[in-house]
Amino acid sequence: MGEMTSGSGGSSIRVLEGSETGFATTRFDDLLNWAKKYSLFQYPFITACCAMEFMAMASPRFDMARFGAEAPRFSPRQSDLLWVVGTISQRQAPALRRIYEQMADPKWVFSFGTCASCGGFYDNYTTIAGIDKVIPVDVYVPGCPPRPEAVIDGLLLLQDKIARGDREPAIVKPRQDPAVVAGNLVRLGKKSTTET
Amino acid sequence: MSKLVLDILKSRFGDDVLETHSQFGDDTAVVNPAKWREIAQFLRDDPRCAMNMFVDITAVDWLGQRTPRFEVVLHVHSLDKAHRIRLKARVGDDEGNGAEIESVFPVWKGANWFERETFDMFGVVFTGHPDLRRILMYPEFKGHPLRKDYPAQKIQPLIELRDVPDRFGPFGADEGMSFGRQTHDYRRDEETN
Repeated sequence: MGEMTSGSGGSSIRVLEGSETGFATTRFDDLLNWAKKYSLFQYPFITACCAMEFMAMASPRFDMARFGAEAPRFSPRQSDLLWVVGTISQRQAPALRRIYEQMADPKWVFSFGTCASCGGFYDNYTTIAGIDKVIPVDVYVPGCPPRPEAVIDGLLLLQDKIARGDREPAIVKPRQDPAVVAGNLVRLGKKSTTET
Repeated sequence: MSKLVLDILKSRFGDDVLETHSQFGDDTAVVNPAKWREIAQFLRDDPRCAMNMFVDITAVDWLGQRTPRFEVVLHVHSLDKAHRIRLKARVGDDEGNGAEIESVFPVWKGANWFERETFDMFGVVFTGHPDLRRILMYPEFKGHPLRKDYPAQKIQPLIELRDVPDRFGPFGADEGMSFGRQTHDYRRDEETN
């Protein structure tokens, strides 16, 4: 029950034990957002190689179902969360917008990978430079492809945003500075014994 | 090995074989575009050639380097004789007009979609093709994107794009794949000059 009282109120949490009974107070919006954030019915709009990473996400090893984002719905009319996974070409843009418009409110959009977020290295006549040119986006997860951990970060970020009723676009930042990671790789290659 | 095929072509078609080239087992014949289908038919039907497998047809744009501008390239292979040959024909003026060549679809059925792609990307018209429509780009698209005079970044959106004023932090023009943008971002070059 502790989850229900989280949110802007910031009230204290006490875990009930044994046969103890009790109640929790909350605002209606918070209750509704709490319900929304754990029942994300998703519509995967998958076009490219990021699909492999999406499959890893959905499979038991990383297990998206833990976060309530379990059931894919292959009709946009039944879904809340649109996953855009992969490159969107100019030719696909009308289809993507139409699918977005078919979804019932409330709806969220998850931009999975660099291509969906900004077009990636496709800087040319055929690719949409980021799906935000076509539909509004809630969470961007960069990466080519993003690691499942990054996607889980993005999903938790989205749930957090849903709980707060926040519709500002958000970005999952890399957990480590890529330059530092590259430095580590170089050091691994040299088989250095120094550890940081 | 398929130098033999080049010799057969030269003896059969004489002056219509404009150039030949052989290196490392790659044999190429540049032929007269007016005889394109006739030569293709001969390659398939002659028992010494027996080119029964269509591999690829595409084009090369030599804008500003050669006239005629386009070089249509055909690769065929013989499964029985295990040899292959590359045919080229040069068509089109500098404006891209007159880029016409006979379709080899009546000879090899597999050429159908390849010729549509070549038409879509380069605007080479294959006469006698049963269904010469765009195959990759949408019908509303103007121009042929792999021609050298098509600006690589010129988009032709099908729907009105949302006005997103600036890219978000990690996706700025100076971040990410900078090497790609630096080489052919002509708009940014204009701004800095």
